[in-house]
Amino acid sequence: MRYVIIGNSAAAVGAIEAIRRYDQDNPITLIADEPHPTYSRPLITYLLGGLVSEERMLYRPPDFYQQYEVEPMLRVWVVQVEPQERELTLAGGGTLSYDKLLISTGGVPFVPSVPGGDLEGIFTFTRWDDARRMRHFIEAYGVQRALVVGGGFIGLKTTEGLLAQGIRVTIIELADGILSASFDRTASHLAEAILRREGVEVRTGTTVQEIIGRVGKVGHVILQEGERLECDLLVFAIGVRPNTALVSQEAGIATNRGILVDDQMRTTAPDVYAAGDVVEALDMLLGVRRTIAIWPLAYRQGYVAGCNMAGAEREYEGGLPMNSVEVCGVPTEMVGTPTLRRRGTKSWRSSTGRRWRTRSWCCGTSGWWGPSSSATLTGRVFTPA
Amino acid sequence: MASNLLLPEFRVDRDEERCIACQVCVRQCANDVHIYDEEEDRVYSDESRCVGCHRCVTLCPIQAFTVRCHPLDFRPNANWTPQAITDIFKQAETGGVLLTGMGCDRPYPIYFDHILLNASQVTNPTIDPLREPMELRTYLGRKPDRVEVTLTAQEVEMKTKLAPQLTLETPILFSAMSYGSISYNACLSLARAARECSILYNTGEGGLHRSLYEYGPYTIAQLASGRFGVHPEYLQVAAALEIRIGQGARPGIGGHLPGEKVPAEISQTRMIPQGTDALSPAPHHDIYSIEDLRQLIYALKEATNYTKPVSVKIAAVHNVAPIASDMVRAGADIIAIDGLRGGTGAAPSVIRNNVGIPIELAFAAVDAGLRAEGIRHQASVVAAGSIRNSADVVKVIALGADAVYIGTGALVALGCHLCQKCYTGKCNWGIATQDPYLTKRLNPNIGTRRLTNLIHAWSLEIKEMLGGTGINAIESLRGNRDHLRGVGLNEVQLRTLGIKAAGEA
Amino acid sequence: MKRIYVNEEYCIGCRLCEIHCLVQHSRSKKIIKAFKEEMPRALPRVLVEEEGALSFAMQCRHCAEAPCIKACITVAIHRDDLTGAILCDEEKCVGCWMCIMVCPFGAIRRNVEGRKAISKCDLCYVEETPVCVAHCPNEALVYEEREV
Repeated sequence: MRYVIIGNSAAAVGAIEAIRRYDQDNPITLIADEPHPTYSRPLITYLLGGLVSEERMLYRPPDFYQQYEVEPMLRVWVVQVEPQERELTLAGGGTLSYDKLLISTGGVPFVPSVPGGDLEGIFTFTRWDDARRMRHFIEAYGVQRALVVGGGFIGLKTTEGLLAQGIRVTIIELADGILSASFDRTASHLAEAILRREGVEVRTGTTVQEIIGRVGKVGHVILQEGERLECDLLVFAIGVRPNTALVSQEAGIATNRGILVDDQMRTTAPDVYAAGDVVEALDMLLGVRRTIAIWPLAYRQGYVAGCNMAGAEREYEGGLPMNSVEVCGVPTEMVGTPTLRRRGTKSWRSSTGRRWRTRSWCCGTSGWWGPSSSATLTGRVFTPA
Repeated sequence: MASNLLLPEFRVDRDEERCIACQVCVRQCANDVHIYDEEEDRVYSDESRCVGCHRCVTLCPIQAFTVRCHPLDFRPNANWTPQAITDIFKQAETGGVLLTGMGCDRPYPIYFDHILLNASQVTNPTIDPLREPMELRTYLGRKPDRVEVTLTAQEVEMKTKLAPQLTLETPILFSAMSYGSISYNACLSLARAARECSILYNTGEGGLHRSLYEYGPYTIAQLASGRFGVHPEYLQVAAALEIRIGQGARPGIGGHLPGEKVPAEISQTRMIPQGTDALSPAPHHDIYSIEDLRQLIYALKEATNYTKPVSVKIAAVHNVAPIASDMVRAGADIIAIDGLRGGTGAAPSVIRNNVGIPIELAFAAVDAGLRAEGIRHQASVVAAGSIRNSADVVKVIALGADAVYIGTGALVALGCHLCQKCYTGKCNWGIATQDPYLTKRLNPNIGTRRLTNLIHAWSLEIKEMLGGTGINAIESLRGNRDHLRGVGLNEVQLRTLGIKAAGEA
Repeated sequence: MKRIYVNEEYCIGCRLCEIHCLVQHSRSKKIIKAFKEEMPRALPRVLVEEEGALSFAMQCRHCAEAPCIKACITVAIHRDDLTGAILCDEEKCVGCWMCIMVCPFGAIRRNVEGRKAISKCDLCYVEETPVCVAHCPNEALVYEEREV
């Protein structure tokens, strides 16, 4: 019996550790397109800013695959999943058969089609190699001004990484506030103020219309209203969408925007599981299935999937939309979806120098918010362990 | 508004260098003496409310402060003492009866401190309690006039039927402290310790909480004039019953539990409405003569099928000896005499300090009187009223007691610092309170342990003293006044106590 | 594996556990210095939760299936083999605060001493008994093994 895992990040590692807990004998093959051993994707922004070295990127020790008896096939692309034949079609022509399959391909960055989008100096930022390439580019061309398109988590962390290198940054955000998917209006304004204090320019309610090059590299952009902004580097950090290219409805794996899974992380195809940023799993707050792309949930989903793949029944209790991000030295955490006014959702903000001590009850769960006596942190969230 | 003329009784001396403003004292004081000033980040004290219970000092992690008597001095006046003066200030202010807690604190002579014990030397070998068996076991109850036995080749069989007896492994009992005057955790600690040490504790006039029924075999159920919590099950569960006529701290009047100390649980156990003052009447309204007492004693015996000893407790007053004799003849199996210094949860201070006589004198009189009438064996007599250490136990047993009740001593073991503010219901040690925030402070596991330790310690000391006298059974000490000598006592006192003066052989 | 448990019926809300925890994790480990001279002051890893007469000390439960370990992006949070305690390697911690977010007990806090790392109960792994347990005046905190 062969386990096959497509993906090499949190969900994949969770699955491996779960499978090996219950099944030490059967082989596991891991396929990933990136060349690196499993690494902590959230650390790429720290890598960009020089806050961690490349050695610290690894998520597990270098002998992890050996220890867990996993055969890694890195730099391999899966073109198609064929659930009927229980087979994967690989790029370059090969096939690989499986008895139990986990799809944890994560997300792909959303890149808008904008004229000039093929110039040099335009990046998306979701991978280790993106960080490497950006660093090389910055060093090679002495980047001084950068534009970050997208004021979400990735955009903000990217901004931080760029600021650490002494680059001036402008953030372009389509919504009327940064972090609009996570923060409410007040928190969003607070975050904006903090960024402004660091010299970051924030432009909301607008987007990039066109990118104009200079000597083959990005030179300036034209915004929606016609304004012109100079930049030597542009990062698209608009968002990620689930990487479902390798599955299809016809093949029998139901998808919405992401792969649909049940409480045991099973897809609609037999013996095919999915976990991580690629799935739509239960949001315990809203009671619907949707993608919540955060690291701890990816690991847990992978773990649950692995347990079920190895025959030990486990249920995924659902995830809470939540995230933490430090905005230029100000730590913030959020839970809930403020854009949907549901009972019990509340977004949290914190700021240095002011005491925020609040309590609230979260609906639908038996969780509670603990008060904090620290001056900056405001709330924590209960998720079933 | 006119000043009430009252000044703080205590002063808090805080060493600002040591104080770390951790606020433990702020949190732990039920009287809100210590206050934290956030602006200055320091703790200061409003001493007007301090009662001197030492809770704060005990818990301070750095011993940053101490509590002293307030140093305000009146002009020296042996007659108008500061206490006399401030009592009048308080009464002029309130127009009320001054209440207090615990036992009489006036400097009347303590006869225990004038009595010395014997030790054997040369003519009579001493006994080493660590190497030889010593018996402290005591039986409380009516003893028969004579014992008839049948002797066979193998064994001795008792023909005489004995009246019901209580067995104590050491001659110490926990005195009557009502659930209401003390907290549930305190009662539980007493009950458990009684079981651990194989002695008994007394419910006091507050009835018995249902969850304590399992300790029934170690419980003496009291019926006081208010008859709180008295119902058939209460009588059946206990090992013995006690009719409380009087209490040493307030002879002649009934018990007093302020409404602040009557929440739901107390209300249920005592069978009274929540929040009402529980005032026991002065007399039992069905006991107006000795014949009435006899009637009640036998009513209780009937109700329990003559299976339990019935005790009667009185305060030590002037004619305590004839009263005791009457009680024995009325059918009491056990008599408890509570002396002047006995404690209480609440009593008018003028009564607590001025009414009654010391237990040593009372006891000597009762024991001598009963022996003279030839009825001493018909009831066991228990002494109470400030037994402070094992030496007091030995002395009062030598004066004739069968056993002693300890009340204040037990509470001190639990943490009481004798601040005498029990009636406020704000006991910082979780003992004399019903406030759930305060009662938590008495962990019954710790309480039981401390009480058990106390009983063990005293028992060992009693054995040491007995052994030193050449005696190996407490029974041999009982009433053995020849082992006592008085020091600093006059002829009348020596005669009343029935002991010789030190120096006389 | 021994863990710290609290009997909330005996917790008196004095917060001596917090005080001694702070001293134990301070630089000088001396109470006066830790409170009056060390700036910023060390953080206690235990917090007493209080409402009315109910109070209890809460610290990291060292969960058997710890959400913080799963959330940690640098694997700074790990389990100590000897005690089973969950510890944080401060060299590896980058201060992303994910663990604070996922802890169901709110037992983790940000370390305020300048390093970007977290602060949480470490079972006083150099001592025989955790100091909060040793100094609880009412024996509300116990350090024992229990069947779960």
